Amino acid sequence: MTDGYGGFADNFADNFADNEDAGDFDDAPPSTIMLPGGGIDLATRIGSTLLPNPVTTASGCAGYGKELAKFFEPAAIGAVVTKTIMPYPRSGRATPRMAETPSGMLNSIGLQGPGIDAFVERDLPWLAARGGRTIVSIAGGHVDDFVALAERLKGAPGVVGIEANISCPNVANRGQVFACNPATSYDVIRAVRDVADPQVPVLAKLSPDVTSIVDIARACVEAGADGLSMINTLLGMAIDPDTMKPVLAGITGGLSGPAVRPVAVRCVYQVHAAMLDGQMAQVPIVGMGGIRTGLDALEFILAGAAAVSVGTVIFNDPSSPVRILDELRAALIARGFGSLEAAIGYAHR
Amino acid sequence: MALPLQVQAEIVGREPAGAYHRLVLRAPGIAARVEPGHFVAVAIGGVDSAMLLRRAFSIHRADPAAETIDVVFAEAGRGTRELARLRVGDSVNVVAPLGTPFPLPGEPVSAVMVAGGYGSAPMFALAERIVADGGSVAFVLGAATAERLYGVDQAQAITEDVVVTTDDGSEGVRGFVTGPLPEVLTAVEADVVYACGPMGMLRAVTEVASAHDARVFTAVEESMACGVGVCMTCVLPVVGDDGVSRFVRSCVDGPCFDGTKVRWDDAGTIPADIEGAAAMGAH
Ligand SMILES: Cc1cc2nc3c(=O)[nH]c(=O)nc-3n(C[C@H](O)[C@H](O)[C@H](O)COP(=O)(O)OP(=O)(O)OC[C@H]3O[C@@H](n4cnc5c(N)ncnc54)[C@H](O)[C@@H]3O)c2cc1C
Ligand SMILES: Cc1cc2nc3c(=O)[nH]c(=O)nc-3n(C[C@H](O)[C@H](O)[C@H](O)COP(=O)(O)O)c2cc1C
Ligand code: FES
Repeated sequence: MTDGYGGFADNFADNFADNEDAGDFDDAPPSTIMLPGGGIDLATRIGSTLLPNPVTTASGCAGYGKELAKFFEPAAIGAVVTKTIMPYPRSGRATPRMAETPSGMLNSIGLQGPGIDAFVERDLPWLAARGGRTIVSIAGGHVDDFVALAERLKGAPGVVGIEANISCPNVANRGQVFACNPATSYDVIRAVRDVADPQVPVLAKLSPDVTSIVDIARACVEAGADGLSMINTLLGMAIDPDTMKPVLAGITGGLSGPAVRPVAVRCVYQVHAAMLDGQMAQVPIVGMGGIRTGLDALEFILAGAAAVSVGTVIFNDPSSPVRILDELRAALIARGFGSLEAAIGYAHR
Repeated sequence: MALPLQVQAEIVGREPAGAYHRLVLRAPGIAARVEPGHFVAVAIGGVDSAMLLRRAFSIHRADPAAETIDVVFAEAGRGTRELARLRVGDSVNVVAPLGTPFPLPGEPVSAVMVAGGYGSAPMFALAERIVADGGSVAFVLGAATAERLYGVDQAQAITEDVVVTTDDGSEGVRGFVTGPLPEVLTAVEADVVYACGPMGMLRAVTEVASAHDARVFTAVEESMACGVGVCMTCVLPVVGDDGVSRFVRSCVDGPCFDGTKVRWDDAGTIPADIEGAAAMGAH
């Protein structure tokens, strides 16, 4: 910053410089992190990727990992799922972008982000250097966008998975989301699976706002999905009784948080049941929606999830992913499970 | 930026302060990291609370010896009503210090502190730092009513140059802070203005300060879901050093911004020239 104000400007510049370099800590992060394992095998497999434990962050709720590293080591959890990245920089929607709702919130961020190039050059290496395992969430308005993104991620450091966010609107189809239709879901997942590094599993992120989530899940697995992420937010809205207008600038937004957990557990249970029934091939499910405690995470695992993502609750408790991991470990041990694997889908027995 | 801590804080003091409440929190490890302009994110209720989002408050005072931080807050809605019910001995979960604080001059300057309502909360510690560095300060404190002024006595303990305004004339000069501001800036030959208060006020103060060739730093209040930089709810259109406008996060890149870099008139819109606006047309 050059403004002829001498020390003043320097100070000001320093403040910002420090801020950008969030990874350069004077103090080490809190040393409360327990190594995975601890008397029980928590490892879980998503396609060809073996994660040391099943707790991940949900896309859009952990940035690109850097900010949360002030609260816990990215490597302590199974994986960091990044905010959905698109081909080009995106401003996102106008503010206000959020409204608090009972045990949850609505958001209409609109996928603000720097675009794939800045992400691959700047954010991804930081996470990899920190030992984090990264599942990169990607989205686009056309199948071609997904293909370009998956191609760009080939050979990128630290990437242990690609999550195709098919729950965002499809341009070609005038704004309908891909995940509302088995055929469009199939097309995206097929195209991503075809071009992505064969060593990297592809997950399909599904929307709960559909008539039959099993139909969409089956289409994705038939298209080659190595796993399913469930669920994205539910479409909702809030109206301010004082202004008598919608609260969000985007009018509608995505509902998340503990309020949606029963819907999410139901989705995971239904799809896992369909797999057990032989209606579709069995692939790992990453369960999410309102996970706040280790017992909430356990609920998803009993319903059939092989891993879980913590989203909105991070806003309440930035260290929650490691807390939930510790609580989950204790809950599994207390119930006599010798491994995470033994608990997956237990509610179906 | 200081590394924030998440701790369980005990309420060790509470008192009414005009239309507001002042809380003193014993928050181990936090006070020593606080710079003027930092804020604290306070959880509402315990681990089962239906109010998931933390509430943000400027840190009014930090006392490293006593390990306490103070906040001054207004009862605005459900969450702050809940906070107002806390008693000495209760505890709350806090994350602090957060945000990019006010830049300090680091050399003697003539500074004017402009605040609306509880917006004065972070200003006294800042003023004391500027005075300690050999500079001088003046205050223009405004509010809707006399009751909603905060800390006029604290300002007067630092300097004689304190101007008070109220919208209804119940104390001091009737009208907005921007009424007497030009005169104050001229009188003290201000080098820099620090401002905290509602968006409209910050915009107006930025205009006045710029017209007087004073630097201006503003602390904004945007709705925040996370306070730590991961959710992207708190963005404002801000012009970067490279001349490119971006939606930047007021929780980590702010809340203290160079007022002349914030595109006040465009807050709440998607300016066509903001980085990434083109991609929004598509879907
Ligand atoms: C950096 C920063 C510093 C602040 N400092 C102070 C302070 O020192 N003293 C003080 O009284 N207030 C301060 N505020 C405003 C304070 O955070 C809100 O008044 C408070 O969150 C309202 O919560 P509520 O539950 O009463 O209202 P509700 O309307 O029930 O809150 C619902 C949601 O909206 C958010 N919200 C509502 N109003 C505001 C607002 N004005 N600003 C930001 N978010 C809002 C809440 O955080 C919550 O997530 C500050 C805000 C920010 C961002
Ligand atoms: C602020 C916010 C931003 C989100 N952004 C994305 C995103 O970019 N991509 C995505 O696939 N899901 C996104 N989600 C959805 C979450 O990843 C998750 O699926 C959903 O919130 C349910 O989990 P939760 O209740 O634990 O938050 C976002 C959610 C929130 C609250
Ligand atoms: S409040 Fe979440 S990014 Fe600023």
